[in-house]
Amino acid sequence: MARLIRTEKEVEGRYTEQWIVVEEDVLDQWPPGARRVVGRPAARVDGLERARGEAVYTADIQLPGMLHTAVLRSPHARARVTHLDLSAALEAPGVRASLGPEDSSVLVRDPGYPGAPVAALAADTFAQARAALALVAVEWEVLEPLLDPDEAIARGSVVSEASTEERGSVERGLAEANAIVEAEYRTQTVLHNALEPHQAVCAWEGDTLNVYISTQYIWGVRDEVAEHFDLAGDKVRVVCHYMGGGFGAKNNAGAYTFLAGELARRTGRPVRCALTRREENLATGNRNATIQRLRAGARADGTLTLLTGEFVNAVGFSGWSPSTGGPMQMLYACDNLQTVEHGAKLNTAPNAAFRAPGFVEGTFGLECLVDELAAKLDIDPLEFRRRNYAHSDLVDGRPFSSKNLLECYRRAEPHWERRHEVRARSKGPWRYGVGLASQIWYGGGGPPSYAWVRLGGDGRVTVVTAMQDIGTGSRTAMAQIAAEELGLPLDRIEVSLGDSARGPFASISAGSSTIPSMGPAVRAAAADAGRQLIEIAAQRHHLEERVLSLRDGNIVSADGGSWPIETITGLLEDGQILGKGARGPNPTGMRTLTFGVQIAEVGVDVETGEIRVERIAAIHDVGRVINPLGASSQVEGGIIQGIGHTLSEERLLDPRTGAVLTQTLDAYKLPTIADVPEIVTELVDEPDEHLTNLGSKGLGEPPIIPTSAAIANAIRDATGADIRSLPITRDEMLRALREARERSHQREQVEAPTS
Amino acid sequence: MFERAGIDLRVNGGRYDLDPPVGRTLAETLREDLGLTGTKVACAEGHCGACTVQLDGVPTLSCITLVHTVGTREVTTIEGLRDHPLVSSFVRSDALQCGFCTPGQIVSAAALVETDPLPDHERIQHAMAGNLCRCGAYPKIEEAIRTWRD
Repeated sequence: MARLIRTEKEVEGRYTEQWIVVEEDVLDQWPPGARRVVGRPAARVDGLERARGEAVYTADIQLPGMLHTAVLRSPHARARVTHLDLSAALEAPGVRASLGPEDSSVLVRDPGYPGAPVAALAADTFAQARAALALVAVEWEVLEPLLDPDEAIARGSVVSEASTEERGSVERGLAEANAIVEAEYRTQTVLHNALEPHQAVCAWEGDTLNVYISTQYIWGVRDEVAEHFDLAGDKVRVVCHYMGGGFGAKNNAGAYTFLAGELARRTGRPVRCALTRREENLATGNRNATIQRLRAGARADGTLTLLTGEFVNAVGFSGWSPSTGGPMQMLYACDNLQTVEHGAKLNTAPNAAFRAPGFVEGTFGLECLVDELAAKLDIDPLEFRRRNYAHSDLVDGRPFSSKNLLECYRRAEPHWERRHEVRARSKGPWRYGVGLASQIWYGGGGPPSYAWVRLGGDGRVTVVTAMQDIGTGSRTAMAQIAAEELGLPLDRIEVSLGDSARGPFASISAGSSTIPSMGPAVRAAAADAGRQLIEIAAQRHHLEERVLSLRDGNIVSADGGSWPIETITGLLEDGQILGKGARGPNPTGMRTLTFGVQIAEVGVDVETGEIRVERIAAIHDVGRVINPLGASSQVEGGIIQGIGHTLSEERLLDPRTGAVLTQTLDAYKLPTIADVPEIVTELVDEPDEHLTNLGSKGLGEPPIIPTSAAIANAIRDATGADIRSLPITRDEMLRALREARERSHQREQVEAPTS
Repeated sequence: MFERAGIDLRVNGGRYDLDPPVGRTLAETLREDLGLTGTKVACAEGHCGACTVQLDGVPTLSCITLVHTVGTREVTTIEGLRDHPLVSSFVRSDALQCGFCTPGQIVSAAALVETDPLPDHERIQHAMAGNLCRCGAYPKIEEAIRTWRD
């Protein structure tokens, strides 16, 4: 039955209260024990299409008469367009239409960051459109940019009010502490660089706008486009069958979609607007830089008495201030806490969600600081974390729907024990060490999300839902869930997704929510179809429904009867069994979070500052695991992105003009296959029985969260040097080593004064 | 505006009479003129490897190769390698996530195993370092290459 509830909805750590119609989740968890499909490794159901180059991505869509767009972007961080004349460009070969700030609300006359879109041209080929950009007559009044986040906060240039979180009393926490550590951490701006650039192809068909787009949120794009063009929602059809990565940067429609739609409207032809790699690195969002001024205090026994943090997010010209203080607020039981988070408005490109925004950065600071505090008290870092374990939610005291972080710590022990042997490898300038860091994040998903299951006369099943698979393997997971529920082998299941006109609403693929939001809906739809199948079988064989179940492609009865399901579905001929399912409500009064720990082993050349990450063990608690093979790939991918974040990736700006110096992939250093350590993945795989009928949480984001702190802590273990900023360039490594040497030199002088 | 010069392009065992404008890249020709969109373009300036094809068996970045320079060399794209054992090995090992870099990875890997059927860790790292994968499928890409004949 449908039920109207007032509920908290969470995406990427942002909560909103809203009315929502949910259907009760009536299914019990699957019985404990091994399953036939779910929990077993499965190759991707769309792997062959992708590997053979047959999968059609948005980048591969070619429509007859399609035009291509080139966008004039501001070369200045802050400027005013004093003169703009598109007429000469419009006369150039192949050019069919132009747009300026008067024609589209996404084009601006007063750009506030380098790469802000000012004008757009559509031509028969991209080369023609780009060539014509040179003919645009434009004059700029260049203005002084604001680039320093601290200065922005001091001047009141913010994207939102400062957000403060307090518990207990800072004074009490200070008074109770036997040891206090304090440090300033900095993290850099990181660029997503999904390999498929942001793009959309827009084509009008009568009064319907078809949008082919590389997106993480088909339904969000539908609603944004409908609003922009003042259309009814169902007059916009959004299609994304295969998607070449997003990592948070493709949660929204983006200016390129609106430009393509408007140019298509004006020309009556399909229009592609695809960003170049350089535009990707200018204007599609980023993980914003942060400054974190942190303090932690503990009693001699390791009990935390105090955590305080002042966080400055260098948000950019617009965007939102992610919860960089979140890990400090949520990870450890600590009675006295104060966090203040600022969001600086700057003349740099707006940020965008990037795989656990805020928590990746905040965990680096917090987990490095906690390790320093443990070292100061001479307490084992793993033990320190156990002593400050949070048994209920620290923000409002709610119980967790499930939490197995202690089990993660237990499984961390053998990896942590390797430290003695790893340290013993040190030789010459190379020092080896081991470090660890914990992970906390959201990932429970929520309603609404819907799925249909179609069971045909041939006994084959199609799962229909207008969700997207952004490369995480969610299509495969949905097929596994339906196969499990219907007792069918995986190869009898198709999954039809990626088209708002061909399936019901599905949630965003962000915030580690696809499987926890969609999976229970798919299971409910499959169960509905299965129930109908059993009803028919019961009538056919004159048996009671309760003695029948589905297994291995058969309908089996308690007394030993077994009939292939085709013998029942075949009775339908052209008829079909249609099941429908919805994601039920989240458990009332509970907090759903994901947890984990990573242990890194590194080597550091103390003469050159070279760092080698040799091994990372990752243990995460994300509820039930649907596909262990795909899950291990997610973990590896998160860690490898984390290694890039830790060691090599950084958007560099000209400090005077704000120009982006790292627009190309030779300047912006992504990890390659040669940068990858040994990675060991362990998942706790305990269903969260309170959460949904599936008990799965999301895994997209957790693995990237603790990597940088684990590496930095391993570096301290190896060398005694305290890392303070990311990426850990050779400069930063050598600075930290120098500081450590000076510190130990001073200590020697204190301990052994010259007589 | 552009001078045209006809060419006879050899792709995946077939021959194509084409008249591309001067300055057209091999990647554009494959994708837009021949509809061979398995070859992906992710950076268009030779930094990422997504557009890798083989010219007479040698991995080559098609996004920075002008089609007029190909001459009589045989172009092999992912479409010409669809039945290569590496394809199923990549799927079996889960050596792909979003899949956008995958055709280029497989084209590079196919050239590698052609010259060295049992490449070791260092050889794989060296031969594959030019093919970026932002999803981070690298550990399984290596596994797929190690086990390609299984």
